[in-house]
Amino acid sequence: MELYYLTAHELSDLLNRKEISSEEATAAIIDRIEAVDGRVQAYLTRTAEQALEEARAVDAARARGAALGPLAGVPMALKDNLCTEGVRTTCSSRMLADWVPPYDATVVRRLKEAGAVMLGKLNMDEFAMGSSTENSRFYPTRNPWDLERVPGGSSGGAVAAVAAGEAYYSLGSDTGGSIRQPASFCGVVGMKPTYGRVSRYGLVAFASSLDQIGPITRDVTDCALVLEAIAGHDPRDSTSADLPVPDYRSSLKPEVKGLKIGVPREYFGAGMEPEVAAIVRRAIAKLEELGAVCEETSLPHTEYALPAYYLVAPAEASSNLARYDGVSYGLRVPGKDIIEMYMNTRSEGFGPEVKRRIMLGTYALSSGYYDAYYLKALKVRTLIRRDFEAAFEKYDLLATPTSPTVAFRLGEKAGDPLAMYLSDLCTIPVNMAGLPALSLPCGFSQGLPVGLQLIGRPFAEATLLQAAYAFEQSTEYHRRRPELGVA
Amino acid sequence: MPISTAEVEHVALLARLKLSPEEKAAYTEQLNAILEYMDKLNALDTRDVEPTAHVLPLRNVFRDDVSRPGLPREKALQGAPEVSEGQFKVPRVV
Amino acid sequence: MEYEAVIGLEVHTELKTASKAFCSCSTAFGGEPNTHVCPVCLGLPGVLPVINRQVVEFGLKTALALNCRVAPFCKFDRKNYYYPDLPKNYQISQYDLPLATGGYLKINVDGQERVIGITRVHMEEDAGKLVHVDGPGGGYSLVDYNRTGVPLLEIVSEPDLRSPAEARAYMEKLKAILQYLDVSDCKMEEGSLRCDANVSVRPRGSQTFGTKTEVKNMNSFRALQRALEYEIERQIAILEGGGRVEQATMAWDESRGVTTVMRTKEQAHDYRYFPEPDLVPLEIDAAWIERVRRELPELPDARCRRLMDTFGLPAYDAGVITSSRDLADYFDRVVALYPDAKVVSNWIMGDFLRLLNARNLEPGQAPVPPGELADLLKLQKEGTISGKIAKQVLEEMFASGKGARQIVQEKGLVQISDTAALGKIVDEVLAANPNVVEDYRNGKEKALGFLVGQVMKATRGKANPGLVNQLLKERL
Repeated sequence: MELYYLTAHELSDLLNRKEISSEEATAAIIDRIEAVDGRVQAYLTRTAEQALEEARAVDAARARGAALGPLAGVPMALKDNLCTEGVRTTCSSRMLADWVPPYDATVVRRLKEAGAVMLGKLNMDEFAMGSSTENSRFYPTRNPWDLERVPGGSSGGAVAAVAAGEAYYSLGSDTGGSIRQPASFCGVVGMKPTYGRVSRYGLVAFASSLDQIGPITRDVTDCALVLEAIAGHDPRDSTSADLPVPDYRSSLKPEVKGLKIGVPREYFGAGMEPEVAAIVRRAIAKLEELGAVCEETSLPHTEYALPAYYLVAPAEASSNLARYDGVSYGLRVPGKDIIEMYMNTRSEGFGPEVKRRIMLGTYALSSGYYDAYYLKALKVRTLIRRDFEAAFEKYDLLATPTSPTVAFRLGEKAGDPLAMYLSDLCTIPVNMAGLPALSLPCGFSQGLPVGLQLIGRPFAEATLLQAAYAFEQSTEYHRRRPELGVA
Repeated sequence: MPISTAEVEHVALLARLKLSPEEKAAYTEQLNAILEYMDKLNALDTRDVEPTAHVLPLRNVFRDDVSRPGLPREKALQGAPEVSEGQFKVPRVV
Repeated sequence: MEYEAVIGLEVHTELKTASKAFCSCSTAFGGEPNTHVCPVCLGLPGVLPVINRQVVEFGLKTALALNCRVAPFCKFDRKNYYYPDLPKNYQISQYDLPLATGGYLKINVDGQERVIGITRVHMEEDAGKLVHVDGPGGGYSLVDYNRTGVPLLEIVSEPDLRSPAEARAYMEKLKAILQYLDVSDCKMEEGSLRCDANVSVRPRGSQTFGTKTEVKNMNSFRALQRALEYEIERQIAILEGGGRVEQATMAWDESRGVTTVMRTKEQAHDYRYFPEPDLVPLEIDAAWIERVRRELPELPDARCRRLMDTFGLPAYDAGVITSSRDLADYFDRVVALYPDAKVVSNWIMGDFLRLLNARNLEPGQAPVPPGELADLLKLQKEGTISGKIAKQVLEEMFASGKGARQIVQEKGLVQISDTAALGKIVDEVLAANPNVVEDYRNGKEKALGFLVGQVMKATRGKANPGLVNQLLKERL
């Protein structure tokens, strides 16, 4: 396989054996980006020079015999809502098109300490609001498996880069499925850890009670490595859990015997493409064949998760995005007085979907509507959590499709916000309950990847990884690479 | 229709968004479609349900009262659209 | 018709923590603009708040000192509104579950004690500072975020106050309590103690409330009292004229001495409060509350009683002295060195406070250390100087910072108690005023006072007044 299509741990082995230097690997990836990103459009900002410098530093450390972790010298890239000191962080918005953070996100600092080599910043839906990356204010990213289709979103660039060999892994953020849905569309592994597992400090907030950073990788082993590097308590994030971080890699045993897996029937309902449902059912059968005990179950409030989410998330967003006002950073569009300056700045700085959600969230919180909308949604959130709590009394894991469909065509849903929202039907309940979940490749429908979503108990990422690893080791989907053409 | 054009205008002002007539019409229609979809939630009786604001049962997370240097002023002002006398300059606040 | 005012106060006090409420920036007052800032208090994209433990501790102290019930569970909320001194365009505050509720404090106005209810005490963050630049080349505002994120307590009273004097007494008492607790500097001029008032009027005896206005921008105790007096008169005039008071937010204009409309009811904010997702709730258990309660210092009311019981001071004296913790500490230190408490209290309430106020100083800033005041009192008691000279010496001590003995020596102010020396001066005075001597001998008692005065004049006040009297009488 081409160097740029190896997994991170495979590259790490080559680096450890000194068969290749980090500088060579980085240069190769930079060439790959040069060659294909014109078609994929995953990157917003490239930091090639800086990457080569970081690679040389790791090579020098390795030559000195320094003890290096598995990610040292491995080139990666970041979704452009993770703050990077000295490197612009745009959230794919005009509002922050030229904004250069004076600080690193905690995850960025942790990866730097692990010797990571950063290639650049990746495209996304503006402020992570969207499911196709078409809401980027710069350009849409394309699905490496079919360049006429979307990569999913909002972490579309982060997922496409990994799928297209433009980075060994990336970090994305997931508020309602923004890691898992695109991972499913592009045939890679994407995990949303438990809320509180990974520090959110330096992640530009969309919906604070739902946002979580997670790894996007080519296989489950890489997912474990990256999660281990970024997880853990951060005194800068009050909502990060003060729990030890397990050695996730050691949980990677191809062993699911006796594992109890529930299959919630609501996730196979209306709107599901029959072939996607069939592929996911076959994947579940595979887990059963490997020794897991699978049975159908029910999460009765599933259908309420989406409407509740589209109240909670926009409400928090309306407040989180109030700071973009042209006063002390980011875009300013002048006005005759302060209010006009605010209005001009925000109207030109934000795109239509962001404005739509700010409007929706402002309305849901406004006087006279709070109880009917926002408070109601928080109560429904409790019901959704209880569904999962009840299920996890019986099951170790839940298995569902990640998305009801394969990747759709560019422009296909752009005019209908509600149709676009439905794309996250299977992923949203997980964020509402704060649970860990991952999506892994489990088959192909009309040449396009299909993802299996595994959902675990709070902080049981190791169980997720173990089941995913067992599935992966008995299948070949994770070894397929796209040809960057049109299906 | 859960939300009128006048309400859309009021909400836009609260959110400091200037909407063109086309945007106003489009948002009124779209927000109504979305809010009608939200009506689904009214099928649920939630009178005795506690709201979930946080999914984790975390309590009492503190920092110690120790002061540390923040950003040098140049860095604090570096991204500012307009600066004067070491401060952020804005149109006259009424 | 006779009207009565109904007043409730919303007080904001900056807590004197070392670092801000949600980040580690310094809270020091008066730095160069935008030098006590970091990504968190600048509200940069991606940052998160973490609450300073000391803010909660100070909040608890205050709540307990104000006899409040501390909530076993409280949380933070976001208060959303756009203003350039608020970098996130929301303020982290507490809405429906504040730190504490249901307390009271006692005030004393014209010898009458009243109990004023405290509705709630909650924690929040301060905003930054805006400077408006007008005139040629102006028409803009400048923003300094040094104060942004400094912790505040908001203390809301019940509408129990009935006059501007009561409102002022409430503020003074609250300030004293906060200073005793050592949780705030309480400097109104620096903005570390601020107050808004809800004011309405109603016919005396009525049980219902009138329409209220909220008065802001009162930057001193005097401003508070004047603004309330004006606003009450304004409302009464409207009612007397058959009009209706409109609900509004008013701003006190100190220079013009009037209140003007800032916002009408229609322009009122819709703050869209919701639970702050970036901060986790607080659970304050009984053990924590008890620990803080045990650590509470002696508060003004208790100290006032102690001064009355221990030293037999009148209630008025004890009240004045304990109105400030620093003043009461000062009193205690002087009394330790000069145990006549009534004399000490007279001096402190009289010349000492007059001289402090003239210099706009707080008791803690007195240029005369307690030991020096005690020395001064000793000099007077020993007869080294007269009471009149003592007053002069105290003024000089305030002005120069020198000690009492040094001033007395340098200026030759030692009282003349030498019978021979003084006798000589007395004789000269008698010789120079034969008519007055004659008047006295003819029964005009007042003439003696004139002669004493002449002797004092001749000695520039240094003569021992008792001895002068004695010598004069002997010779007459």
